[in-house]
Amino acid sequence: MGEIEEANRKAMDILLQAKPVLKGIGVAGKDIPGMTKTTILHAGPPIEWERMCGPMRGAVMGALLYERMASSLEEAEELAASGDITYEPCHHHQTVGPMAGIVSASMPVWIVENETHGNRAYCTLNEGLGKVLRYGGLGDEVIQRLRWMEGTLAPALARALELHGDIDLRTLIAQALEMGDEGHNRNRAGTSLLIRTLAPHIASVAESPAVASEVLGFLAANDHFFLNLTMPAAKCSLDPIADIPGSTVVSAMSRNGTEFGIRVSGLGGRWFTAPAPEVDGLYFPGYTADDANPDIGDSVICETAGFGGFAMASAPAIVQFVGGSVDLAVNSTREMYEITLAEHPFYRVPVLDFRGTPTGIDVRRVVETMIPPVINTGIAHKDPGVGQVGAGLVKPPMTCFEDALRAFADERSS
Amino acid sequence: MKKIRIRKGVYCDSVRLLLLSREMGDLDGVDRAMAAMATPTNLEILGQLGWSLEEIGDVAENDLLAAVDAADERTLDAAFQWLETRLKERVSGTGKGYHPRTLRTAVADAPSANLVQISIPGAYAFREAKRALMNDKHVMLFSDNVSIEEEVALKDLAGDRGLLLMGPDCGTAIINGVCLGFANVVPRGPVGIVAASGTGAQEISVLLARGGIGVSQLIGTGGRDLSRKVAGRAMRLGLRALAADPETEVMVLVSKPPEPEVAERILTDAASCAKPVIVNFLGENPDRITRGNVRGAGNLEEAAQLAIQAAGRRAISLGEGGVPALVEQERSRLKPGQRFLRGLFVGGTLADEAMLLLKTELGTLYSNSPVPGCTLLVDSSVSRGHTVLDLGADEFTVGRAHPMIDPTLRNFRIVEEAMDSEVAVLLLDVVLGYGSHADPAGATAGAVEEARGMARKDDRDLVVVASVCGTEGDPQNLDEQEQKLRDVGVRVFASNAQACRFCRELLRSGHAEDS
Repeated sequence: MGEIEEANRKAMDILLQAKPVLKGIGVAGKDIPGMTKTTILHAGPPIEWERMCGPMRGAVMGALLYERMASSLEEAEELAASGDITYEPCHHHQTVGPMAGIVSASMPVWIVENETHGNRAYCTLNEGLGKVLRYGGLGDEVIQRLRWMEGTLAPALARALELHGDIDLRTLIAQALEMGDEGHNRNRAGTSLLIRTLAPHIASVAESPAVASEVLGFLAANDHFFLNLTMPAAKCSLDPIADIPGSTVVSAMSRNGTEFGIRVSGLGGRWFTAPAPEVDGLYFPGYTADDANPDIGDSVICETAGFGGFAMASAPAIVQFVGGSVDLAVNSTREMYEITLAEHPFYRVPVLDFRGTPTGIDVRRVVETMIPPVINTGIAHKDPGVGQVGAGLVKPPMTCFEDALRAFADERSS
Repeated sequence: MKKIRIRKGVYCDSVRLLLLSREMGDLDGVDRAMAAMATPTNLEILGQLGWSLEEIGDVAENDLLAAVDAADERTLDAAFQWLETRLKERVSGTGKGYHPRTLRTAVADAPSANLVQISIPGAYAFREAKRALMNDKHVMLFSDNVSIEEEVALKDLAGDRGLLLMGPDCGTAIINGVCLGFANVVPRGPVGIVAASGTGAQEISVLLARGGIGVSQLIGTGGRDLSRKVAGRAMRLGLRALAADPETEVMVLVSKPPEPEVAERILTDAASCAKPVIVNFLGENPDRITRGNVRGAGNLEEAAQLAIQAAGRRAISLGEGGVPALVEQERSRLKPGQRFLRGLFVGGTLADEAMLLLKTELGTLYSNSPVPGCTLLVDSSVSRGHTVLDLGADEFTVGRAHPMIDPTLRNFRIVEEAMDSEVAVLLLDVVLGYGSHADPAGATAGAVEEARGMARKDDRDLVVVASVCGTEGDPQNLDEQEQKLRDVGVRVFASNAQACRFCRELLRSGHAEDS
C-alpha cells in the first residue's frame, strides 16, 4: 500500500469511527477555546471586515449590539471597522456557524463531543427563519430574540439536557436520514426527533407552563433547529483528521460569502480559496437571483462529513431543489461515490438499499473526475437584514481542489 | 395585467410550488408569476407585489393561489392552464439509469463483469486500460493513437495476468455472443476467430452464418499485433485461449500479411494445437501456410468455407450461379470507352482483398493504401484508371466519423466517379451490424440513383456491384438492405470475393481490352 493510501486509510478510520454526542449547552466566551470578549467568529475561511459581504457585516453589527458593545448601528459599524475587534473563522476555534456564522462571547452554544476521539465542537442555537442574525438580520426583534434565547431558551434546554443525559447525535442523524432528512437543507425529521427527546424534560424543568410552551413552540416553529447540531456533529467528526501527513482527504469546506475555501488533511490548516460561487436555486415568493448573496456559511461541513447533499437520495421531499426528479436526487448521491473513499457505516440511504452515504472526499478524485462535491444550501439575501430568500445547489469552484492538489504534490516533492 | 386564481383544497408542497412559480414566470408573455398556498404570509406578499386581494374572497391555508402578471387575457389563461397541467403531472422514479463516471465505480457496481470496453482519446487510453487489467478485467481497447510501446506494455501485463487485451484500435469482437464495437449478429457455434482485421473478421463471421454455422468467440487483436515489435502477442494469446476452449472446434486466424518471423511463430503455435486452424494472411500464398492441422486460405470467403468444412458441415453454396449470363446482361449497359473500375470501400480489409483479387487481371491498379503490386494514388481525392479506395483510411476520417457510420463521404464519391466517362463499374461494400449506420444500403441507394442520373445526362449507364456484409439478425436486416440495393439496379453479392470475381469477369474481355 502506498503512503497516501495508508494515510487516507488512517484518516477514514478516524472519520468513520467518530461518535458525536451532545453534552450540553455552554457560553461561547467561556467554553470555546481562544474566545475573548472582543473576538467575533465568522463562517468560512479567514476574512477581514473590509472584504466581508453584506449579510456578514450585518451580523457582526448585530452581534456588537447584542453584546452591548455598541448602542447604535453607526456605533456598531465604527467599532467593527476600528481594528479593536478580532475576527477569526469559527473553524479555527472548533466551531461552526450556519450562514454568516457569527459567534460572540455571550451567545449560548451547543457542546458536542466526539467520544471516540475526545475532541469537542461548538455551534450557536438556531434562531429560526426570517429576519435573523445569521442572515445579517438587524433590528430590535433580532436582538430581542437573541436575548430571549440566552435568557430563557438556553437555560431550559441546558436543564432538560442535564435531566435527560447526553444525546447520541450519530444515532439521531442516522434516524433522520432514514426519515427523509439529508441533514443540511432538510432537518424536519431531526428537529422532530430532538423535540421528542427533550419535550418531557423541558416540561418538567420549565419555570412555568407558559415558559415550557414558549420554548417548545419556538422549537416546533423551526424545521432547521437540528441543523445547528448536525453541523458540530460533522465538525467534531472531521477535526481529528485535520492534520494527517500524506492524506488527501478534504477535512473542511466552508464559505464566508466572499470566498469558498477547503482544507485538506495532509496540508494541515492551510485554506485553498476561490471566489464564492452563485447558488443555483429556487427563490421564495417575491425574490429572484438578483437578490442573492454568493454562497455563504459553514454548513457545508455536513457534505464534508458524508451527508447533506451527499445524502440527497435520502430526502425525496426536497428533490425539486436539485431539478425535480427523485432519479436525479438518487443519482447525485450515487455520483458522490465517485469522489469519496468510503461508505458511512452509520449514515445509510434507504432508497439505495441502505448503502452507507458517500464519505471522505478525496481531493485527487475530485480533480481526476472533475466532479464537484454536490452541496445543498440556503440562499441569503445580499443585503444585511433581509434573511433567507431561497435554497438550492451550489457547485464549489474547482480551482480550490486543483490548487490544493498542486500544493500537496509540491509538498511531497520537496 | 395581474390576476389571481384559487384552487380550493389543493395542496402542493412548497418546494414544488417554488419550482412551478419559476417556470410559470419564464413562460412567454408572463412578467411575473407565483403559485403558493394561501397562507397569511403569502397573501401579504401578493398584496405587496401589487395583486388585488379583494376579488379572491375567503381563502384558507389549504387553498392554492396562482397569481400571474401578463401582457393580456390570453397569456393569463394560457399560464393558468399550464399550471393546471403541471399540477396533474406525477414525478416518479427510483434512481435507475445511473451511469458510472469512473472505472472504479463501474467495477464496484458490477463486480461480476469481467470485460471493459475502452473508447476514449488515445492519450488517456493506456492509463484506463492498465487500471482495467489491474482489476482483473479483460479489455477491448477501441481507442487508437496508443503508442506501440504502450501496446506492448499492456499486452505483456495482460499476458502476465492471464487476461486478453484486444486492441488498441480494435474495432470488432464478439465475446460470449455479445457484439462489441462493429460486429454482426451471428449464431453461436464451433468456430473461434482471432482477427487483426475488423471487417475481415466481420466478413468471415457473416459468411459462416450464411453457411449455417456459428461463432464461439471472435477475438480482435488490433491492427498492429502482427508487427515486428508487438510480435503477435494478442493473437498468440487468443489462439491459446481458443485452443483451450471446449466450445471451439475450429479456429480461424485473419490478418494482413504479418512480419515473416511473426507469421512463423504464430503458425508454429497453430500447428501445435489439436484443432484445425484456418489461416488467411491476406496476400500470402496459402500453400506456404498449410501444414499439418493448419490450412491456408486465399481470401476471406475461402477461409469461411474451409472452416465450415473443418467443422464437419457441408459447404453451402453462397449463391454465385449463372454468372456468365449476368455478366453479359450488365455489360450491355456499357458503351465503348467505359473501361475502368472504381472500388469505394468502407472496410479496409475488404479493400485489400479486392485489390488482391483484381490486380492481376486489371493491370495497373491504384489505391490510397495499395497492397504489394498495386500503385499508390498520390492524390487520393482524384481517382485514375482502375482505383480501389479505402475510405476508412486516416486521410479520409480526420475530423469526421468513419464511413461505416457516416456515409456522406462515400456517397459524394459515388456521384463523383460517375461523372468520369471512362468509368464502367463501381464496386462497393455495405457493412451492416452494430456500430454501423442505421440504413447504409438506403443511403448508398440514394447516391447510386444520383450517380446513374449524372451518367444518363451524358447518355451513359454504369454497372454497380456491391457485397453486403450482414445477417438477418443485424439491426439493419440483411434482406431489406439487399433489396434496397437491388431496387436501384445494384448487382448484389453475398461476399466481397464474389463481387470482385464478378467485376473481374465483367472487365476481362471486351471493354477492359480497349485500354
